[in-house]
Amino acid sequence: MTSSSSDHSSRDVVFASVRRALGVNGAEAPRRQAVADRIAGHPEGVIPARAQLPADEQIALFKAMVEAAAATLVHLPDAAAVPGAVAAYLRARNLPMSILRGADPRLAGLPWQDEPALDVWIGPSDGRQLAGLSHAFAGIAESGTVVMLSGPDNPSTLNLLPDHHLVVVDARDVTGTYEEVWTRIRAAYGPGTLPRTVNWITGPSRSADIEQTLLLGAHGPRSLHVLLVGEMPAGEA
Amino acid sequence: MSVHITSPDFKANARKALADAPLQQALAKVGPGFIGKRAAAADKLPEFKALRDSARDIKNHTLAHLDLYLERFETKARAAGGHVHFAVDAAQARDIVLDICRQLGAKTVTKGKSMISEEIALNDHLEANGIEPVETDLGEYLIQIRGEGPSHIIAPAIHLNKEQVEADFRRVHADLPPERNLSEPTALLAEARGKLRERFLAADVGITGANFLVAETGTSIIVTNEGNGDLTQTLPKAHIVLASLEKLVPTLEDVSQLLRVLARSATGQEMSVYTTFSTGPRRADDLDGPGEYHVVILDNGRSGMLAGQFREMLRCIRCGACMNHCPVYHAVGGHAYGWVYPGPMGAVLTPSLIGIEKGRNLPNASTFCGRCEQVCPVRIPLPKLMRNWREKEFERHLTPATQRYGLAFWAFFARRGWLYRPATRAAMAVLALAGKARGRFSKLPLAGGWTQYREFPAPEGGTFQAQWAARTSAQKSAR
Repeated sequence: MTSSSSDHSSRDVVFASVRRALGVNGAEAPRRQAVADRIAGHPEGVIPARAQLPADEQIALFKAMVEAAAATLVHLPDAAAVPGAVAAYLRARNLPMSILRGADPRLAGLPWQDEPALDVWIGPSDGRQLAGLSHAFAGIAESGTVVMLSGPDNPSTLNLLPDHHLVVVDARDVTGTYEEVWTRIRAAYGPGTLPRTVNWITGPSRSADIEQTLLLGAHGPRSLHVLLVGEMPAGEA
Repeated sequence: MSVHITSPDFKANARKALADAPLQQALAKVGPGFIGKRAAAADKLPEFKALRDSARDIKNHTLAHLDLYLERFETKARAAGGHVHFAVDAAQARDIVLDICRQLGAKTVTKGKSMISEEIALNDHLEANGIEPVETDLGEYLIQIRGEGPSHIIAPAIHLNKEQVEADFRRVHADLPPERNLSEPTALLAEARGKLRERFLAADVGITGANFLVAETGTSIIVTNEGNGDLTQTLPKAHIVLASLEKLVPTLEDVSQLLRVLARSATGQEMSVYTTFSTGPRRADDLDGPGEYHVVILDNGRSGMLAGQFREMLRCIRCGACMNHCPVYHAVGGHAYGWVYPGPMGAVLTPSLIGIEKGRNLPNASTFCGRCEQVCPVRIPLPKLMRNWREKEFERHLTPATQRYGLAFWAFFARRGWLYRPATRAAMAVLALAGKARGRFSKLPLAGGWTQYREFPAPEGGTFQAQWAARTSAQKSAR
């Protein structure tokens, strides 16, 4: 950057004025320890009781909250039923029998041959596809949110550009709280590290910017359809 | 849009707003819409009050350790391949953004909603340098095509009616058939979606704000309902994040606490539709996402606030609940406040950022009803902070002469009880006698400012002090 030298002095000015205002020099051991402890311990704070339910109630809450956010949901017995459910969704809405999905092995391994009329494309979206399919990392019962991680398997554009976003959520990945998701992401990516994009999506795109009238389908998908797959083993919530 | 400051003209602005019929029609919907939705969302979550305490504590802890969390954020964001820039003031922030755009040869930039962008008047600067900024939040798009500033921090076009939007779309989207039907909001939304979709796909750079910056991971977060911020930051070559110092939070758990109070306080939603955590540019094997990721961290007077009584204001998470519940905001709307931050939070923040000389009217634009403090998700004592500004204003002799003389006159008596008590007793007696017939006055000498808009009730008995004395002696004799 051409501005790097001025950036650098600006940085020093900002840090100096913050420290002057706080009356510190930045080297105080107790302060540094407090910060290190908070990052390492990442304490949870207040967790709503509604997010700490037994397995079956947690799944029921997830379904109810997804629908309260104006998304739709079908509960399938297992992942093998996904291609049929995708085809049924498109047919019911009179959409072209075509879907764009990520390369996620959990989607690649499904029996797409069972739906010969359905064209399945793989890759990111360039805005021309009406329907996209991706696999969620998790679902959150507390608010009916699906958690999407960016990467070669699930490009972010699939979440945003198609009019209809279909999301597969494995029932075993439905957590009660946001915090459980962070625990799982830390386990998968290591502490202090995230994929480029973590999208929490709660319902389809909307706007109330014209006279506070809530309308669906602002810039993102007009419809969000959750394909919940399988059961959560009892006692796992 | 132009952001020249008209806060010194608050009174004239307010008078104009009160006489503006379409504006009044739009403002009439603010309270009924937002207040009920927030209350319903808060009632549905028994832990809401405890979460507000938690949110306040997280912000207090972060502000007390802000230098260290900034260091951590910078280190982590760089480790993820991002660039972190610090800007002392608005001019530096504008130049940093322009510089990045120029390096990439950018012609158009799409923008997610950002109050920092408004604060630094970024659009004017980009336009003056040959780069076209395109606002993509529907509300921001509406005010951009009208050449206005936002009138609300989360609903920037809340001052407009759909008829005005229709007229603007017919004017600006002149390539579309003039006979098209735009009478319904759905048609307006569909037209904006179509128009902006082209811009999203063509933009060279995407600029968003940040609701939070997470020190633990070097992550910036945006919260939207439309998905415009996500398209803005995903499709172009570079994503530039504009954030101010106080957006820092320590950990992902901390931000989860804050997110539980943000949407509920703002729109009454359990959670906004899109909460997006961005860390660095696209990774080596990613198929989409921006090639560059820049975070511009702006001070612009905030570090100074850390030192004094206004540090609490830096807890603000920009939900807008204070203005949604403010009778003054309901009456005059956001533009009357004369700069980018309206309502109670603006009445405290604006003087901190542009100076009390220019902002002195705003902390006086309050009835002190206290609803803003009651609903603030991070429990900022807004009335107390407005009072602090009024004291500063008085100390610095910025209060108008009539008020100063009036106060001096009252203080002369108040300090001399032997004079004050008989004088007020006599005045009460005269007023009570004069107002006996109607029970109220529609005109009073020296109180024209009051009686011009409402009647003054006639006193019914003795002074407060006389009644108090009578009551205490009655209680004593009853014992």
